[in-house]
Amino acid sequence: MIAELGHFALILALMVALVQSSVPLAGARRAVPRLQAVGSPAAITQFLLVGLAFSTLTFAYVVSDFSVLNVFENSHSAQPLLFKFTSVWGNHEGSMLLWVLILALFGAMVAAFGTNLPSRLKALVLVVQGWISSAFLLFILATSNPFTRLDPAPIEGRDLNPILQDIGLAVHPPLLYLGYVGCSISFSFAVAALIDGRIDAAWARWARPWTLAAWMFLTLGIAMGSYWAYYELGWGGFWFWDPVENASLMPWLAVTALLHSAVVMERRDALKIWTVFLAILAFSLSLLGTFLVRSGVLTSVHTFASDPTRGVFILVILCIFIGGALALFALRAGTLAPGGVFAPISREGALVLNNIFLTAAVATVVVGTLYPLVLEALTGDRISVGAPFYNLTFVPLVVPLLLTVPFGPMLAWKRGDLSAAAERLMLGFGASIAVMVAVLAFRGSGQVLAVAGIWLGLWMVAGALAELAFRIKLGTAPLGESWRRAAGLPRSAFGTTLAHAGVGVMVLGIVSASIWSAEDIRSMQPGDTAEIAGYEMTLEGFHDQAGSNFDETVARLAVRRGGRLIASMEPSRRRYRARDSSTTEAAIETRGFSQLYVSLGDINAEGGTTVRIFWRPLVTLMWLGALVMAVGALLSLSDRRLRVGAPKPSRRRHLAAAE
Amino acid sequence: MTRRRRRLTLIAVAGVVLATAVGLVLFALSDRIVFFNSPSEVVARSIPVGSRIRLGGLVVDGSVAKAADGQVRFAVTDGAATIEVSYRGILPDLFREGQGVVTEGLVSGDRTFAADTVLAKHDETYMPAEVVDALKKQGYWEGTEAAEGTR
Repeated sequence: MIAELGHFALILALMVALVQSSVPLAGARRAVPRLQAVGSPAAITQFLLVGLAFSTLTFAYVVSDFSVLNVFENSHSAQPLLFKFTSVWGNHEGSMLLWVLILALFGAMVAAFGTNLPSRLKALVLVVQGWISSAFLLFILATSNPFTRLDPAPIEGRDLNPILQDIGLAVHPPLLYLGYVGCSISFSFAVAALIDGRIDAAWARWARPWTLAAWMFLTLGIAMGSYWAYYELGWGGFWFWDPVENASLMPWLAVTALLHSAVVMERRDALKIWTVFLAILAFSLSLLGTFLVRSGVLTSVHTFASDPTRGVFILVILCIFIGGALALFALRAGTLAPGGVFAPISREGALVLNNIFLTAAVATVVVGTLYPLVLEALTGDRISVGAPFYNLTFVPLVVPLLLTVPFGPMLAWKRGDLSAAAERLMLGFGASIAVMVAVLAFRGSGQVLAVAGIWLGLWMVAGALAELAFRIKLGTAPLGESWRRAAGLPRSAFGTTLAHAGVGVMVLGIVSASIWSAEDIRSMQPGDTAEIAGYEMTLEGFHDQAGSNFDETVARLAVRRGGRLIASMEPSRRRYRARDSSTTEAAIETRGFSQLYVSLGDINAEGGTTVRIFWRPLVTLMWLGALVMAVGALLSLSDRRLRVGAPKPSRRRHLAAAE
Repeated sequence: MTRRRRRLTLIAVAGVVLATAVGLVLFALSDRIVFFNSPSEVVARSIPVGSRIRLGGLVVDGSVAKAADGQVRFAVTDGAATIEVSYRGILPDLFREGQGVVTEGLVSGDRTFAADTVLAKHDETYMPAEVVDALKKQGYWEGTEAAEGTR
């Protein structure tokens, strides 16, 4: 009964979404405020209905109702409670339901908190959200119904894919979806503005908080996914340039570009057409990502059992939305008035440069991701495009971008002074060189590439801090005045500093973990000792233990440095009973920002095993950098100038902030 | 600087970056991609020693031999031809004899292959699509379409 209730709620949600897609549109076109106002309650009702459907599915999982096909296929009564919850989206149908739930959540949030929006714009935004909701609700109901029943009901479920039985499944998909689907809001704002035919600086002010929130979640979601793959897959790698990873990187790059161009639009009323285009592009890339991951054209841990009709359905949705938005864009872009002018060397110029590099980088990732699919369709040849391709295309485009990042915030709007900016960055430049030299002295040696990479990370951190120091006149004014200035700075200024510094921290982690890593694969018997990066690891023995739905063999390794015992690591191999499949659980020992990583192979007949050991220096900086970036975004979101519903700041405050 | 000159500067910068990107992509696509081959394609195309490829097929029953130093040897077949693969490292959790596998590495000699990566399947019911295609070409695939990725 409960499952039918969920199914029914989903059908009702589709009906409400259809109302939301049409009635306010008619209201906006004929200027009937009462029809226009239907959007908000519809969006909220739709969210409640999808929420009800989602809750019923969750309930079916929690009580292990195996008469529901979806629960039978992806759950087991012996699963720990947390994994019964996360199993809900550990499969195709449930994850699409989560996708739509988050979409409805964003729509409801616009309805509830978008009180400062002009009613016409708000109505149109909700209409576009309604179109997206309708399309995906229809998709779920037609091809991916999570409420299908099984008769007779089996006694036991098939269990969730063991790789997914991890806390990562509780965190990574919801965060990533908040990011992916968050892009729909800026898309809806862009399409609404195009329908309306009016777009100005205020539009950017309204759309930017949503974009920033989407960016924050996307950043966290990607970083979390990378860390999960790192510790769960047992390969010790953190980014594989897998098409599915690219599917999340592409919208991230586009949203990053959008955030920056929206700043120009908000402050200088320029780059309007470009910003609208980026908003469309960002969501198009997230739809493309959804298509790649959900249609089964690619194979990875993310593609659950696939069915060709689903791929075609999503492809149709993709074409209608992207094609429709681009057609509308082509029709209306010409009518948008060009905005303020600026010199090439200026804050705007720097942000344009950022956008050029970012979009070029997006293009390389798009080509690398889609080329194998196209080639296979045309010639039947199967190829794989991996790190060597991206090292040669993506990296050379991103490095100059990162090099110039510290200059951007130092340049004035309209017309900047490059030599003055360079002068202000001298101290930061010197500091980054000094730290780099110190690091090298400590390391003893270094390849040119590693040295340059480490310096690049330090330079970004130093540049971000230098900009903050300059704004509060640190060192050039009395300390008291600097403090007052710091207190008076808008939070978004600190947000920018943190986000830029976070990128630098991430670069440090990536470079160090890629270039200074040590790796050893060897066969070990109990009593054997392996040495890596100055750590001695002795295999002491194995023991067996039983988990709730698996049995595992745990190896115990004593880690010593200079003869002193510093840690005990326990990697294991698990055998999941229901699916009779095994997983490797790596053991990780964090030393400062660096990590020792051990994973096991099969236990052989002689009682030994193959052990894979990694030393990843400073690797955690990569994910901490992403966290710093997200904190920066959060800080900016809390800025009153950006807050949804906040009144426009007074002109004086604005000037003080712009100084 | 006039509006026109400013615009031209922008277009020039964008053009340079775009041209660089296109150049890099074209070069990388001709040089840095890895082709997938089945064992019989490796034999038929006589792929030169030292080429980097992906090799996929079924792991021959009883062919897996693990040495004490972590070296693993196994044979990959598509029914028509068989290639000996050597690999040093930990095999993925779902690597089994008689099942599909995709490896990446260098062609090391006549019908021998030195793999540096053995790609994991993420789900035990799943067969890599490349392998299914390769097996179908040799008429070695007897499963139905449904077995191809679903259950």
